[in-house]
Amino acid sequence: MSDITKEQIRQPENLVYTKTKLLTDKALSYCPGCGHGTAHRIVMEVIEELGAQDNTIGIAPVGCSVLAYEFMNIDMQQAAHGRAPAVATAVKRLLPDRYVFTYQGDGDLAAIGTAETIHACNRGENITIIFINNGIYGMTGGQMAPTTLPNMKASTCPYGRDVETMGNPLKMTELIAQLPGVHYVTRQAVHTPAGVRKTKKAIRKAFDLQKQEKGLTFVEIVSNCNSGWKMTPVQSNKWMEENMFPFYPLGDIKVDGQLIK
Amino acid sequence: MAKVKGDIVVDIEKCKGCEVCITACPNDVIAMTKSVNGKGYHYAESVNEECIGCANCAIVCPDGVITVYKVKL
Ligand SMILES: Cc1ncc(C[n+]2csc(CCOP(=O)(O)OP(=O)(O)O)c2C)c(N)n1
Ligand code: SF4
Ligand code: SF4
Ligand code: SF4
Repeated sequence: MSDITKEQIRQPENLVYTKTKLLTDKALSYCPGCGHGTAHRIVMEVIEELGAQDNTIGIAPVGCSVLAYEFMNIDMQQAAHGRAPAVATAVKRLLPDRYVFTYQGDGDLAAIGTAETIHACNRGENITIIFINNGIYGMTGGQMAPTTLPNMKASTCPYGRDVETMGNPLKMTELIAQLPGVHYVTRQAVHTPAGVRKTKKAIRKAFDLQKQEKGLTFVEIVSNCNSGWKMTPVQSNKWMEENMFPFYPLGDIKVDGQLIK
Repeated sequence: MAKVKGDIVVDIEKCKGCEVCITACPNDVIAMTKSVNGKGYHYAESVNEECIGCANCAIVCPDGVITVYKVKL
């Protein structure tokens, strides 16, 4: 039965999966186990499937993924902190035949970029926003973000977020889903094989809807920041399931311009 | 059911030893090496013949360092 050797299995015709060529050969700058890498890869896989390597412009944020343009082998522009949706607006209006997307963390999208996010959504810009929500400012050392959970510890709330003094976490995704310019909103995660497959389908759907000029499409990916949360990657994924998902439940929030009840 | 046999190839120098692939593998094929790569990380390796080429490990690997092969027997 198993007289076939590993050498015989490892032949090009037996290839099932390998990293997409739309990611460069540079080693990712992310911490071991960080969901940013998986999110990058599936966005690039979707663009590869669409045959849109030369027809897509990505807008990189400020945050750990500030260097996304080093890894995503497509045209990219890095934006000032939080301003990616404004830059994407300009790019899409000038080059409407391109797929245009932003890739933003929660500090970028839900704190300093709140205005740009809400107004681009409200204008119904025909762009796709990929929102990586890890509940923390990863890049700068794990400070509290608007998305930090109640009682969750961060470097600027070492005893946990006290909602009495620090306010409640902001569910930007539910908030922008209310806006008529927004066509498709979903929340996914990429820490399991099933999650990766579902998230990739959601990103594909968002890009397809952008092609059909349906308005703004928004994919939140609830992700880990194992370094900021001070856990191992595997622990952080478990913690995310137990703590992030109850507050940020996965699934579609708005489909075909209609809120899911 | 047709029998399948799979195998993985890990890009050793780019593996960061995060162990996320171990959790994703249905057949306990992957373990971390005792030795480390050039960056000082223990890296993933296949330790038995149980791989079915499902690619679960590869699609959750944040660094995309796993290549998967599969043959039908
Ligand atoms: C105008 C401006 N203000 C503040 C900063 C500092 N800064 C850099 S990244 C960051 C937060 C990033 O957090 P997030 O968007 O959640 O991304 P992550 O690093 O977690 O992926 C901040 C506040 C900056 N670079 N520019
Ligand atoms: S600090 Fe957090 S978000 Fe940034 S690369 Fe590390 S784990 Fe990822
Ligand atoms: S998931 Fe990838 S980077 Fe992490 S240990 Fe496995 S092969 Fe290495
Ligand atoms: S391809 Fe599937 S069975 Fe083989 S090592 Fe990866 S997860 Fe395990």
